[in-house]
Amino acid sequence: MSKHRLITLVAGIVLLSAVGGQAFAQEAKKSAEPAEAAKSDAKKADADQPPAEKAAAKKDAPEKKDAPEKAAEPDQEAPPDEAPAKKDAEPAKTSEAAAGDEAAAKQADEENADQPAGDAAAYPSADEIADSLVEKADEIWSTDVAVDTLWVLAAGFLVFFMNAGFGCVEAGFCRAKNAVNILGKNFVVFGISSLAFWLVGFALMFGDGNDYVGTSGWMLLGEDNSPVMNEHYQGVYSSLNWSGIPLSAKFFFQLAFAGTAATIVSGCVAERIHYRAFMLFTLYIVGVNYAVTGHWIWGGGWLANKGMWDFAGSTVVHSVGGWAGLAGILILGPRIGKYRDGKPHAIPGHSMALAFLGGMILWLGWFGFNPGSTMGISGQGAYTVSHIVVTTNMACAGGLISATITAWVVMGKPDFSMTVNGALAGLVAITAPCAFVDVISAVIIGVVGGVLVVFSVMFFDRLRIDDPVGALSVHLANGIWGTLAVGLFASTDMPGGIDANGLFAGGGPGLLIAQVIGVVAVGAFTFIGSLIVWWLLNQFGGIRVSAEEEMRGLDQGEMGMEAYPSDAVA
Amino acid sequence: MKKIEAIVRHFKLEDVKNALTEQGIHGMTVTEVRGFGRQKGHTEMYRGTEYTVDFVPKVKIEVVCADDNLQTVVDTILQAAQTGQIGDGKLFVTDLQDSIRIRTGERGEDAL
Repeated sequence: MSKHRLITLVAGIVLLSAVGGQAFAQEAKKSAEPAEAAKSDAKKADADQPPAEKAAAKKDAPEKKDAPEKAAEPDQEAPPDEAPAKKDAEPAKTSEAAAGDEAAAKQADEENADQPAGDAAAYPSADEIADSLVEKADEIWSTDVAVDTLWVLAAGFLVFFMNAGFGCVEAGFCRAKNAVNILGKNFVVFGISSLAFWLVGFALMFGDGNDYVGTSGWMLLGEDNSPVMNEHYQGVYSSLNWSGIPLSAKFFFQLAFAGTAATIVSGCVAERIHYRAFMLFTLYIVGVNYAVTGHWIWGGGWLANKGMWDFAGSTVVHSVGGWAGLAGILILGPRIGKYRDGKPHAIPGHSMALAFLGGMILWLGWFGFNPGSTMGISGQGAYTVSHIVVTTNMACAGGLISATITAWVVMGKPDFSMTVNGALAGLVAITAPCAFVDVISAVIIGVVGGVLVVFSVMFFDRLRIDDPVGALSVHLANGIWGTLAVGLFASTDMPGGIDANGLFAGGGPGLLIAQVIGVVAVGAFTFIGSLIVWWLLNQFGGIRVSAEEEMRGLDQGEMGMEAYPSDAVA
Repeated sequence: MKKIEAIVRHFKLEDVKNALTEQGIHGMTVTEVRGFGRQKGHTEMYRGTEYTVDFVPKVKIEVVCADDNLQTVVDTILQAAQTGQIGDGKLFVTDLQDSIRIRTGERGEDAL
């Protein structure tokens, strides 16, 4: 290793440790002091309320014990499952007895802390608290929490596995000489995303803060009493308090989504990007960009407050990946030989078999991506999840068929690569509206997406914007279409819990306008931010491989190995 | 000795091989090649972009035979590989300086 690289490596480790150590120390200090008071508050509040929560959350209330306590909570707000939308549910919104009890308990505890000996008789002793904790533990960790957690984790595993899908599609659409590099990018991207999202991304996105960015909960060390929900939630990840699963489950599920956004970029920059440039950019896209724009929409930020809705992430995930990829493509330039004599030149992918497998894996993975975004399944959640599974599938079907037919008509053959792109386009397009629309709308949305993706591929080629795998057409174009489709087709009758109707559902242009604002805001921030980061990376180190290396293949130059070594050499 | 290089269609390989072994030729080398003669390439479409494929995949068979066997071998190959369509391929004959069996060191026609 050269001296220059060694110094950079050591500096990087030192920097990371310093930042991490700081954050860790801060969090440890912060959570130590109020943790005690908060814990007993939570337990006290739960002592009064947990059965009521569960009752409110489930339709089959009789199965829950403690009927008398349930009766004491007549005006509990609407069951959380009917409003699984990712709006910030303010914990202090309620004016019920619950808040009163909590406030009294909190105040009492503070007073108790100041004068321990004085009013000892009026407050539970440490032993009593401990006993009630054991007693109440079961009430918090109910079967519903278990089922919800199981569902969200399983969905998270499916979304995680979409990385394999992207890897196969990308490698299949590109040349054999670059296969290891592409697969490598798709493999490491989840590792880097995991670290970046754990260290800072999750806090920026879902931590309490302001309208633009989260400022608490670094490294998952923030105060939190998940799976306690809604107004009883106490912690710094309030934007996720509508979900009744443990924090780790919330984090893992959201991490899988962040990883998806990062891996979209790898398709755009394939066959000419430096491995290290991509890895560094991933730190930015997951640690900063995705988290900030995500905060605006899912973290209780300003776009959510403006009435913008994105159920599973057409904008939050897919268009963010798309914009970042577009910025990369513009800084990188097209592959050598792609545009000659003013015309696009075909560079066929090396394995439609891999592309097929990848497409299938992604289709399957989307059954975790969209339905899992309910982050729960108990009670009425079963209905919502099932509905989303169907809208998701139908949009995919619509997309792949319309893309195949469009390619057949416009290009002369049912290009299989367009079929795969069409399926993915339908899936991306339905990602935002999936819970808010009926099946007919879902099919229409998918069909439009499939037509859009075919023309988009040709459009980008005409502009000499080289997108080897069609990622811009799938994720950017359809990410935008899916987001706008919410403004057209969404209905309050659907189980997603949206509070406004789209244009075609009689709600006027209001929702659509909010969606447009969201598209533009996220687009501007992501595109400009990414452009700057790519440009900086290009200035300090360069992001594109040399012409020689590009001809030889990135496998040999970047990775030092081949995907398909010829036996004769061994 | 003579060396024969015959460039034939893929699906004719099996026929040529069987015909040669029936004639007593028990060794040959086969390579996958691309080329064109009068059989032009064709245009394909990939993601909306047309491209021409000039080189057509073929199979090259290399056989070595004794001088007096040459005509038989050539006729055998011609008959087996022919379809009558453009693109049947070509056959080249060259003089071979020597032939050696690596295992035993036999030279000349003994090595065939």
